[in-house]
Amino acid sequence: MIEFDPLVLSRMQFAANITFHIIFPTITIALGWVLLFFKLRYNATKDEAWLQSYFFFTKVFALSFAIGAVSGVTMSFQFGTNWPGFMNTVGNVAGPLLAYEVMSAFFLEATFLGVMLFGFSRVPGWVHTLATFLVAIGTTLSAFWIIVLNSWMHTPAGYEMIANDAGVMQAHVTNWLAVIFNPSMPYRLAHMLLASGLTVSFLIAGLSAYRYLHGDRTAAVIKPLHTGLLLAAILMPLQFVAGDAQGLNTKAHQPAKLAAMESAWQTRHDLPLVLFGIPNEDTHHTDYAIEIPYLGSIILTHSLHGEVKGLNEFPQHPPVKPLFFGFRLMVGIGMLMLLSAWYGAYSVMRRKVLPKPYLYLLVAMTFAGVMATLTGWYVTEMGRQPWLVHGVLKTSEALGPVSGNMVFSTLLSYVAVYVFLLIAFVSTLFYMARKAAQKNARYNATMLASRVEKNRNNFLHGEVLVDC
Amino acid sequence: MQIDWLAYIFAFLMVFSILMYTILDGYDLGVGLLLKNANWYEKDRMIASIGPFWDANETWLILGVGLLLVAFPIAHGVILTHLYLPVALMLFGLIFRGVAFDFRAKVDAKQKWRWNAKFFYGSLLATLSQGYMLGSYITGFDASWAGTLFACLVAVALVSAYSLIGACWLIMKCEGELQFKAVTWAKHYLLNAIVCLVAVTVVTPSVSSRIFEKWFSFPAIIALLPIPITTVLLAIALYMVLRHMPLPKDRYAWLPFALTIAIYIFSFAGLAYSFFPFIVPEKLTIVEAAASSESLFVILIGAIVLLPILLVYTVFSYYVFHGKATALRYD
Repeated sequence: MIEFDPLVLSRMQFAANITFHIIFPTITIALGWVLLFFKLRYNATKDEAWLQSYFFFTKVFALSFAIGAVSGVTMSFQFGTNWPGFMNTVGNVAGPLLAYEVMSAFFLEATFLGVMLFGFSRVPGWVHTLATFLVAIGTTLSAFWIIVLNSWMHTPAGYEMIANDAGVMQAHVTNWLAVIFNPSMPYRLAHMLLASGLTVSFLIAGLSAYRYLHGDRTAAVIKPLHTGLLLAAILMPLQFVAGDAQGLNTKAHQPAKLAAMESAWQTRHDLPLVLFGIPNEDTHHTDYAIEIPYLGSIILTHSLHGEVKGLNEFPQHPPVKPLFFGFRLMVGIGMLMLLSAWYGAYSVMRRKVLPKPYLYLLVAMTFAGVMATLTGWYVTEMGRQPWLVHGVLKTSEALGPVSGNMVFSTLLSYVAVYVFLLIAFVSTLFYMARKAAQKNARYNATMLASRVEKNRNNFLHGEVLVDC
Repeated sequence: MQIDWLAYIFAFLMVFSILMYTILDGYDLGVGLLLKNANWYEKDRMIASIGPFWDANETWLILGVGLLLVAFPIAHGVILTHLYLPVALMLFGLIFRGVAFDFRAKVDAKQKWRWNAKFFYGSLLATLSQGYMLGSYITGFDASWAGTLFACLVAVALVSAYSLIGACWLIMKCEGELQFKAVTWAKHYLLNAIVCLVAVTVVTPSVSSRIFEKWFSFPAIIALLPIPITTVLLAIALYMVLRHMPLPKDRYAWLPFALTIAIYIFSFAGLAYSFFPFIVPEKLTIVEAAASSESLFVILIGAIVLLPILLVYTVFSYYVFHGKATALRYD
C-alpha cells in the first residue's frame, strides 16, 4: 500500500478549498456595491430597468453567497483538522482577527441578506436599500479582516515570540495597530478589492452580453452591460498601479518571492524584463529567454540602474516555475481585460453599437477576473513558501497528526464536490441569463405586436427593438 | 499571566453559540429531514419558511467553532483531529444542503427534484455527523465498538431532535394541510426523541464513570434533580399541547416551538454540567486549554460591543419575516 505524504496532501487540500472558496467572496464583495448602485439608480430615476437589473443580479449574488458561505465553513474547520500548529503558534494574532470577522461581518451580511433578497415587498424602500448597503459593508469588512490576517502572514509585525510552559514559541501581540496595518496590508487590500471589482464588472458584462446575444435587448440588459464595461475601464488602470505598488512592497519585504516571479537568478543593476522563458532550477538559468533590456529594473525599482536581488542570494526560495508562469498569466489576462474594457467603454461613450464578435469575446471573458484573481493568489501564496508565517512558522511545522490516506480520501471527495458545484454554478448562471432573455424576448414580442398595430412603419424601420 | 474567569466566559459564549446553532440551524436541518414526507408543493412552502434565516443560522456554527478555535486553540486541534472524518462528512452535508437552497430555485424546473433530494440527503448527512461527533465527544473519543455504537445512537437521537424542532417550526410558520401534517410529525418525532433521550441518558453514565459520579453522588443529585424533572415535564406538556393542535384561530401556534427550545436548553445544561470543567473530556480542562489572556481580552471587548448589536438585528430579521411563510420572491 502506498503511503501518501500528509504534508503535500494537506497543502493540496487547503489549496483546493481556498481556490474554490475565494471565487465566491471575490464575486460578492464588489457585487454588493454594484447592487447598491443599481438600487440607488432605481430610487433616483424610478426606471424599472434598474430594478430588473437589481433583481437579476441579486440572484447571482444569492447563489454566489450561498456557495461562499458553505465553503467558508469548511475553511474554519481545516485549521483544526489539518493545521493545528498554525493556531498553536500564532493563535494570539489570528484568533482575534478571525473572531472579529465573524462577529462584525458574517452575521451582518448573512442576516441582512435575508432582508435584501426576500424583503423587497415586506419592508419600506429605504430599509431595503439600507439592507443592501449593510450586506455590501459586511462582505467588504469580512474581506478586510481576512486580508489583515493574510498580509500579516506575509509581513508579520507588532508581535514578539515567547516560549510557553511546554517550550513552544508563541506569538504575542505587542501592538495591535502594527498587526492590523502591517507593511503589506494596504497594498494587498487595495489589490484584492480592485480584483473583486474587476471580476464583477466582467461577470456582469459577460452575462449581459450573453443575454443580448440571446435576443434580449431591453434596457435591463443594456444598463448592466454598460455599467460593467465602464467600471472595468476605470478600475483596470488603477489595478495596474496597485499591482505595481504591491510589487515594490514585495521587493522590500519578500525579495525572494519577487526574484522568483521575475526568474532573476543573479543580483543585477540592469535587470531585463523576461517576457517569456523557462526557468531552470538545476542550472539557475532562464532558458529560451526573450528579454527587454533594463525594463525589469525600471518596473521594479522605478530607475534605470536599480538593484534587484537575485535568487542566488537566498539559501531558501519559493518554487520558481509556478511563480514565473503564474505571474505572467495574471498580467496577460489583465492586459486582455484592459484592452477589451477600454474598447467597450470607448464604443459606449461614442454611442456605437457593440459588434457581435466583441460580445462573444465578453461572454468568453465572463470569468476572466476570476482567473486573474486565482493566478495572482497562487503567485503570492506559493511565493511565501516554505513559510506559513514569513520568518515565524514553516508550513511543515504546522501540520497536525493526520494520516496521508485519510487526507487523500477527503481531498478526492472535496475535489469531486467542488468540480461538480463549479459546473452547476456556471451552467446555472447562463441558464438564468437565457431564461431572463427568453422572458424579455417574449415581452418584446408582445410589445412589438401592439406597436405594429399602432404604427406599422415604425416596426419596418427596425428601431423598436432597441427602444423597448 | 492567566485569568481564569476569562476562560470561563469564553466557554460560556462558546456553549451559547452552539446552543443557538442547534436551535436555529436545528430547525433548518429538521425541516430538511422532513422534506421526505412532503409533496412537491409542501416542499416549496417548507423551504420558503426557512429561506430568509438559514444563512445567519449557520453562522452560529462558525461562531461556535471559531470561539473554540480562537479561545481554546489546543482543544480545537485535539477535538477536530479526532473527529476528522465525521467533520468532513458534516461539511459535505452542509455544503449540499446550503447550495441546494439556491440552486433548486434557479435551475430548470426539470432539475428541481434533484436539488430537493440533495437538500434532504445533505440535511441527513449533516445531522447524523453532528450527532456522531457529539456521541464521540461524550465518550472522550472512545474508538472501541461500544464507543462507536454509542456515537451512532446519539446520531439517531439527533435526527429525532432536529425533526421535532423542525416540525414545531412548521406548526408556527405554516397553515392548512401542511400544519396538520407538521403536528403529526411533531408527535411522532417527540416520541422518538423521548425514547432516544432516555436511552442516551441511561447509557451516558455507563460509558463515562466520571459523568456517573457527577450526577449520582449525594448531595449533588438533589440539587440536580430539577434538570431531568423539568425536561420530562416540558416533554409531557409538549405532547399535551400537540394533541390539541392546531387550535381555533391558530392560537398558540408558537407554543410547541417555544417548549422544544426549552427542552433543548435543559438538555444542554445537563450536558454542560456533565463535562464541566473539561473541554476535552478527561484530558483538558477549560482553563488549561485557554488561549493567552491578552488575546481573549481583545476578543471579549469585541464580543461585548458586537454580540448585542448582532442579537438586535437578528430579532429584527425575524420580525420582518414574522407570521405565516409565503412563497419566497425576490421582488
